[in-house]
Amino acid sequence: MSSSDQGEGLGVLDSEERERFEQLVLPHLDAAFNLARWLLRGRADAEDVAQESMLRAYRFFNGFHGGDARAWLLQIVRNTCYTWLEKNRPMEMKTQFDEELHSQPASNPESLAIASDNRERLTRALETLPARFREVLVLRELEGCSYKEIAAITAIPIGTVMSALSRARQRLQQTLTQDAPQEASREL
Amino acid sequence: MSCEHSHTVLHGYLDGELDAARASEFERHLESCPECLAALEAQETLRSALQRAQLYEAAPVALRRKIRASLPAAVPDAFGLRWASMRWIALAVTAFLVAFVGWRMASNFNEKKQYQAAEMIDAHLRSLQSGHLTDVTSTDQHTVKPWFDGKLDFSPPVRDFANDGFPLQGGRLDVLHGRTIAALVYGRRKHVVNVFVWPTSERDVAPGSGSQLGYQWVDWRKGGMEFCAISDTSTTDLDQLQRLISQ
Repeated sequence: MSSSDQGEGLGVLDSEERERFEQLVLPHLDAAFNLARWLLRGRADAEDVAQESMLRAYRFFNGFHGGDARAWLLQIVRNTCYTWLEKNRPMEMKTQFDEELHSQPASNPESLAIASDNRERLTRALETLPARFREVLVLRELEGCSYKEIAAITAIPIGTVMSALSRARQRLQQTLTQDAPQEASREL
Repeated sequence: MSCEHSHTVLHGYLDGELDAARASEFERHLESCPECLAALEAQETLRSALQRAQLYEAAPVALRRKIRASLPAAVPDAFGLRWASMRWIALAVTAFLVAFVGWRMASNFNEKKQYQAAEMIDAHLRSLQSGHLTDVTSTDQHTVKPWFDGKLDFSPPVRDFANDGFPLQGGRLDVLHGRTIAALVYGRRKHVVNVFVWPTSERDVAPGSGSQLGYQWVDWRKGGMEFCAISDTSTTDLDQLQRLISQ
């Protein structure tokens, strides 16, 4: 593989590297779209951001030195999503940082089973979680990422992935089992 | 809930991310901690609900096309393929020949696995719909094994591992790439594990594992049979079952 270090900007990749990009990165478009869809909570915005992320990945591809291409791309997608959110929904970003658990989730498996047996309700519950919780759940449960990959994508230390998932899951469980799922992100 | 394990280690265990020593330590803890046991059950319920709901949203086809078109000069032709230089063609031909003549190289096997994994997950999901799990329901290997006779052109190894925590629940016929294969169904706590078995003429391959959409699988080839164990239980569990089957 020849290295191209002719500065930055679109179009500097030579044809071999373009080929490599298409083989390594483009196939992860579904993963990119799915993460963006859940972080932005909408398909239309996710399309824009997924496309922008792909172009950024293309631009920065010279900086990708092998390894996990999906994690590398998802890292870019995540950053692009947060930049987009800060710009377009600044209020949301502020309230999203309320990460405290206000009470422990009731561990009643039956009511949980009933509450979670509904796609719409699950979607709503997941969408009401703070973005930091939502992203680890989406990466783990939908994308099947390992802790190592989650740490790389979200830039949190690998040692804290487990507790981040723990808090996210408890929060989801709590959101599902309470009566009004819409109100979950407010004070309980 | 006050047991601190239920907030931390339990999740590593659920995700198959603990090393063997910590996993068995937690399993010992589970035996004496009803809180953690209930919490684990709740988390497993939540996980299977998330999986059943199929929340993964794939990119629209139009977006894929749009992106390909917007990459500067990356994709000139209609099929999205570009052989930029003769070197690439030579490389591709060489790779193809190597793969073909010299059995399968590891990476090739992995690619095939990815492809197969999606089918395995589909087959696993189909089996969980009511009434599809087993064609022959029995915990007795001497009932399940003969049931396959005459229905398959090979004889899958059927054994019960109830003593090791994997009770045999029965068997079923399934179809992969148009050929009929055997599916053995095992229980693991409240999870269902499907073990798909079919004959192969290729050489043995050590177990490899993967994970997609929250499902874990372990696949391997041994003694002319290809195996794929798939479940939403932890990879640690699947590794253990793999060892039992391979004994």
